[in-house]
Amino acid sequence: MLQDHAKLVQFIRKATEVRGRKKLQKMIYIAKRCGVPFNEKYHLHMYGPYSEELTCRIEELCELGFLEEALEDKGSYVVYRYEATTSGLEFAEAFTDEQFIPEALIESMQSKSSRFLELVSTLYYFDELSKEAQIEKVKIVKNKLNYTDEEFEEAFTYMGELANIIQ
Amino acid sequence: MIPYREQKLTEEKVFKDPIHHYIHVRDRVIWDVIGTKEFQRLRRIRQLGTTYLVFHGAEHSRFQHSLGVYEIVRRIVDDVFTGRTEWREEERLVTLCAALLHDLGHGPFSHAFENVFELDHEQYTQAILLGNTEVNEVLSRVAPDFPERVANVIEKTYRDKLVVSLISSQIDADRMDYLQRDSYYTGVSYGHFDMERILRVMRPTEEQAVIKYSGMHAVEDYIMSRYQMYWQVYFHPVSRSAEVILIKILHRARQLYQEGYIFETNPTLFIPFFKERVTVEDYVALDESVLLSSFQLWQREKDAILSDLCTRFINRRLFQYAEFDPATEYQKFGKLQKLFERAGLDPTYYLVTDSSSDLPYDFYRTGEENERIPIHLQMPDGTLQELSRKSEIVEAISGKRRTDHKIYYPEDVLRRGAETNPHYAAILQLIGEK
Repeated sequence: MLQDHAKLVQFIRKATEVRGRKKLQKMIYIAKRCGVPFNEKYHLHMYGPYSEELTCRIEELCELGFLEEALEDKGSYVVYRYEATTSGLEFAEAFTDEQFIPEALIESMQSKSSRFLELVSTLYYFDELSKEAQIEKVKIVKNKLNYTDEEFEEAFTYMGELANIIQ
Repeated sequence: MIPYREQKLTEEKVFKDPIHHYIHVRDRVIWDVIGTKEFQRLRRIRQLGTTYLVFHGAEHSRFQHSLGVYEIVRRIVDDVFTGRTEWREEERLVTLCAALLHDLGHGPFSHAFENVFELDHEQYTQAILLGNTEVNEVLSRVAPDFPERVANVIEKTYRDKLVVSLISSQIDADRMDYLQRDSYYTGVSYGHFDMERILRVMRPTEEQAVIKYSGMHAVEDYIMSRYQMYWQVYFHPVSRSAEVILIKILHRARQLYQEGYIFETNPTLFIPFFKERVTVEDYVALDESVLLSSFQLWQREKDAILSDLCTRFINRRLFQYAEFDPATEYQKFGKLQKLFERAGLDPTYYLVTDSSSDLPYDFYRTGEENERIPIHLQMPDGTLQELSRKSEIVEAISGKRRTDHKIYYPEDVLRRGAETNPHYAAILQLIGEK
């Protein structure tokens, strides 16, 4: 069980920092779907795949002093930023192999917006369906986000790129 | 002839229920769904898994809970929402069916079972609704696309989000039933809240059911109930110990099968799970009576670990637990693993860490970054406000983290052998050190 905690610290260490709880949720989900052995269970919520287990685990890691959480007040909204601490790094090294996740995958996801990752992760959630049915499902679940056709195309292209990164 | 979807029973049927007094069924479709074998299977799945080993009353089933959720939703749509412009009456039947069937895919001891076999009860609920099943046959009689509509509500991809929110949101019929039911059957005094009041002040909006501001205190009570039930019942360390053993039994049985071990009695119903090729038929064939019978039989297996773990589970000889602080003790855990190996106790099965995130708390989340939809209060001017912005009590507990970590180990074996086995004594000493 401690391995699951350690993997998250290792992930955040490799990312240097992760800005946004939502972004973290989507990054871990996408990584998981790309075959990275994260064990957090996800379910579909109104804002796409979401893991209560991940939320709780991150809270535990903050409580243990292995992660540092900082709140950034942006006026009309807030963003939480996560970084690994020195003791967190020692802990992560004791329980994980840092090669368990390709750095290129993290870098690639880091460069994308939270909105885009939300789209990609939701498409992954429905990836057993045809492309048209996937788009239809996303439009129902995220009717307020009004994703454009270009964004859908970009997301599908990106999913193809991720497959190459993992290979 | 009246279409099937509109048919009513000639006389209302009622189920006597300790939480809702009576559960009322008038719709023919609902009555027929209850009679299907897939729904009847839920009688053989306990709502609270291993909790009955701590709170002996907690033998209630997912069948009872499913009926309870149906009854709450029936009351909301028939007594509170009906006639309001935001509520579309044509959604009534799909909402009632989704409420009744939302837990259809739960497996035996579902949390442990899903954990070991990497299954998802929500996916199996979908598969049962859409597969070649009696439930599908009944729902298809309403309309060919009706099973899919019900499945979409449960999957949360239904177009009418108000319908989804009644079954799955931070204040839904599911939680309102299980908190009260679990409280009643465990016999604890937590878990009570004024559901009648919440139902009276619940209002439909386009996106979700919201609560009138005047009902805020009833919602506070509901949030507090969730908090207390988690720490007092759901995350009870002894119940967690039973679940730890259950998980290890399933892991051991699967490992033995995969290594070619010959069981005394062929574990026929488990084989699709061990092979990771599970059909809907395989899935619904398993229930808790099957698991418990297997554990009885596996007590006599030649494999010492499987036999011991099953004997522990059946006779409630659970692992002892000790507080564990990973921040300062994770290195100690590594030492313990080595000592267990030297002592001849396989740490994979006999030394287990368990954290509160292993049974994720259904904590109220304010969804500050829109990662979850919060509970909204409808203010007197019609605007919506997130609950914790108005309630100091909710603000206080939603900003407060509480976590827990323990290790579980067979203290009975270690104590019995400590005098003759120095490794056992060393393990006990290390666990006891702070």
